Amino acid sequence: MRYVDEFRGSELITKTADEIRRLADPQRHYRFMEVCGGHTHAIYRFGLKDLLPPNIELVHGPGCPVCVLPMGRIDDGLSMAENPDVIFTAFGDMMRVPGTRGSPLEYKARGMDVRIVYSPSDALKLARANPEKHVMFFAIGFETTAPSTALTLMRAKAAKLHNFSVFCNHVTIIPAIRAILDSPDMRIDAFLGPGHVSTVIGCRPYGWIANKEGKPIVVSGFEPLDILHGIVMLLQQLNANEQKVENQYKRVVPWEGNRAALKAMAEVFELRPYFEWRGLGFISQSALRIRDSYAEWDAEQRFSVPGVRVTDPKAAQCGEVLKGVLKPAQCKLFGKECTPEHPIGALMVSSEGSCAAYYSYEFRKAAMASR
Amino acid sequence: MCLAIPGKIVELLHEDRDLAVVDVLGVRRKVDVGLLEDDRPITGDWVLIHVGFAMSKISEVDALDQLRILTELGEQDAAVEEVRGYGLGSP
Repeated sequence: MRYVDEFRGSELITKTADEIRRLADPQRHYRFMEVCGGHTHAIYRFGLKDLLPPNIELVHGPGCPVCVLPMGRIDDGLSMAENPDVIFTAFGDMMRVPGTRGSPLEYKARGMDVRIVYSPSDALKLARANPEKHVMFFAIGFETTAPSTALTLMRAKAAKLHNFSVFCNHVTIIPAIRAILDSPDMRIDAFLGPGHVSTVIGCRPYGWIANKEGKPIVVSGFEPLDILHGIVMLLQQLNANEQKVENQYKRVVPWEGNRAALKAMAEVFELRPYFEWRGLGFISQSALRIRDSYAEWDAEQRFSVPGVRVTDPKAAQCGEVLKGVLKPAQCKLFGKECTPEHPIGALMVSSEGSCAAYYSYEFRKAAMASR
Repeated sequence: MCLAIPGKIVELLHEDRDLAVVDVLGVRRKVDVGLLEDDRPITGDWVLIHVGFAMSKISEVDALDQLRILTELGEQDAAVEEVRGYGLGSP
């Protein structure tokens, strides 16, 4: 993958990086968590760490939906693919994520009907085109993606399309941030809030992070300048001893979020009492399930799902990396047994996973430099 | 997965008010605009698209900025591939 550095020459970037150095107290060490996997990807791709003083540490958060999904859920979803009447559909991100007996792509190679879709409406279209088959959509994602799944289910119900279902693995970002703040081995000074999740939920749900936990949070965009600007805003708050929710990404994120999207989610989904997250364990009220009024389109109710729990390989330290306790390269398997070509953990699969991002940019950069 | 693609609304479909044709870097596809029910886009508006659904309206300046960043990230091809893949079809 290409490492991008053309933007560095820009005057605005230089100015913002200077401003960060001016604001950062050299006596202090800062740990800022970027919650969203999209930010992690951009930080590596643009090598933003090189523009920051060494006492500002960016800790990668849990906002990569593929990465936080426990292997048992992947096995559960794939168990349905073994039914010859089922067409298994999922986003491309899911296709190489390993389950106990292989990834969706490997299931496909074994002859099962596994297809990549780019949108849940794609899966719905497949169901219309294949009335003799059942099309199951393996849904993942935070609040950015959940409204689209919700609307698709509403469309399926309205069209009385009975050969379509969703295996729901949607998760919500707030309980994950709470779990990180509650974790005794975490020490985060402030947060860069997720950009596109916030287009849906708005900025109000982050209020407790500032008011109760006393941590600044700035919702940021994905451009290098957005991320650097978000860091400036965090430093300004810390220097003024303020704790606020601020919106750096106003051009896209309305403070109140998207009401229609929240309405669609509320129509179709309800909170699960608890859900298992890879690396973070069971978190109460942290995921969505399909309401009984949509039971007919709920794969978990239509099919018998084994409900397996699979522990990650002992040597893999995905959990520690996911919580930001370890850096990717500190995991024993990193770059040896676990590479993007042969991923053992999901963090090495998704381009938003910190291991894959670190491997593609930092690790290769270092390897090239040492040649 | 969370990156959004800017597209320009070029046509609103009469047969289904929840669908619109967008243009993304020259590729035209139908997307679902049902999530913008409270603030319906009109022809010429720019929207951010995520997994085949318009998520928010944005200004033209911001949309062009966003397209520039996709290009800088080397992700314009992936974005176009994604848009081509949307199941609602081409106009």
